[in-house]
Amino acid sequence: MSFVSAIGSYVPRRVVPNSELAPMLGVEAEWIKQVSGIEERCFAAENETLVDLAAAAARNCLAASDSPPVGMLIVSTGTAERRFPAPAARIARALNLGQTPAIDLPMPSAGAVFGIALAHQLVGRYGAVLVVAAEKMSCVALLPGTHPNVSALFGDGAGACLISAERGVARIEDFVLASDGTFEEALQLGFTGPLHMDGRTIIMQAARKIPQSIEELLERNRIRPTDVSAYLLHQANQNLINQVARALHVPQERFFSNIHRYGNTSSASVLIAAADWTSHHGFKTGEHIVMSAFGAGLHWGSILLTGQ
Amino acid sequence: MVDQQARVAAIIQAVAQTSRPVGTTESLFDTGVLDSFALPELVAALEQAFAIKIPDSDLNADTFESVDKITAYIQARS
Repeated sequence: MSFVSAIGSYVPRRVVPNSELAPMLGVEAEWIKQVSGIEERCFAAENETLVDLAAAAARNCLAASDSPPVGMLIVSTGTAERRFPAPAARIARALNLGQTPAIDLPMPSAGAVFGIALAHQLVGRYGAVLVVAAEKMSCVALLPGTHPNVSALFGDGAGACLISAERGVARIEDFVLASDGTFEEALQLGFTGPLHMDGRTIIMQAARKIPQSIEELLERNRIRPTDVSAYLLHQANQNLINQVARALHVPQERFFSNIHRYGNTSSASVLIAAADWTSHHGFKTGEHIVMSAFGAGLHWGSILLTGQ
Repeated sequence: MVDQQARVAAIIQAVAQTSRPVGTTESLFDTGVLDSFALPELVAALEQAFAIKIPDSDLNADTFESVDKITAYIQARS
């Protein structure tokens, strides 16, 4: 058994509205909003590192928790600043976690969901596992050769959640994870860029796989999609979120969205959404919440929570 | 073949909510007949109309680029 003990997030101060980014990309500001729901995103300062983003989100999370000391750190990112070492050990050092084991998940978009699922399995041994997802997408989304339609979508940020064996605001009931390399080339970033996304293929895959993942999770827990109080999805595109709602026959209002403010922050987005949702609504006893994410790999998964 | 092309074109028009004629070789996306987010709805409509299940492994944009390509795919599946 495991619990979400606390959730936190951090986004950089610099807000970049569509009106600022669009002329750089040669597209219309209104068009970005129309095709994605994004109105603005945050970009990190040049001297603000991925580790800075991650550590800030982690501190925000830990400040809200009275759980036992962190026994393990799991970090997901698709925008690590070097091949190795990946950032988990540096983030652990920034958080003064001593020799706490730190695991890297080089997994954009779905990384936070995979990290929480791993933490759920590991809390029995490590007591409390801190899951951090951080992305500095501005470093990769604006690389030469990246299509403007892709560059327009992304923002920087980080999210964190503490998974505890003892107590928390929500119990982790179950999860579903899946991976399929068939379409690995449809969304990829090489060592030097550009960021490539075959958006149509990715939309078709995501629009089918996300609802299937959620349905599988709910069916085996004997919960109907309409019984879920809130869906916290990877904030990839508002139109995709709306499609998932329609596929599940659930009112769109149950699908929390903050993509208009932050854009697609890749693996960080589902935790930033969870942090925002928690501050607005909070977990209520007995309510079911679903987190779900999909991304490059392809990797996707869903987590079922019950408020405590 | 022509009948099936006409059926596919009619389905596309219904999904796109347009009466504009759809050429058999024109790109549905480059010409603006469909946008990316209409694709899942098109796939569902094709599955229902032709009583087929399109597997995840076939869900790539190129297959659904034009009436001709969609028709060829449907025929191969039938």
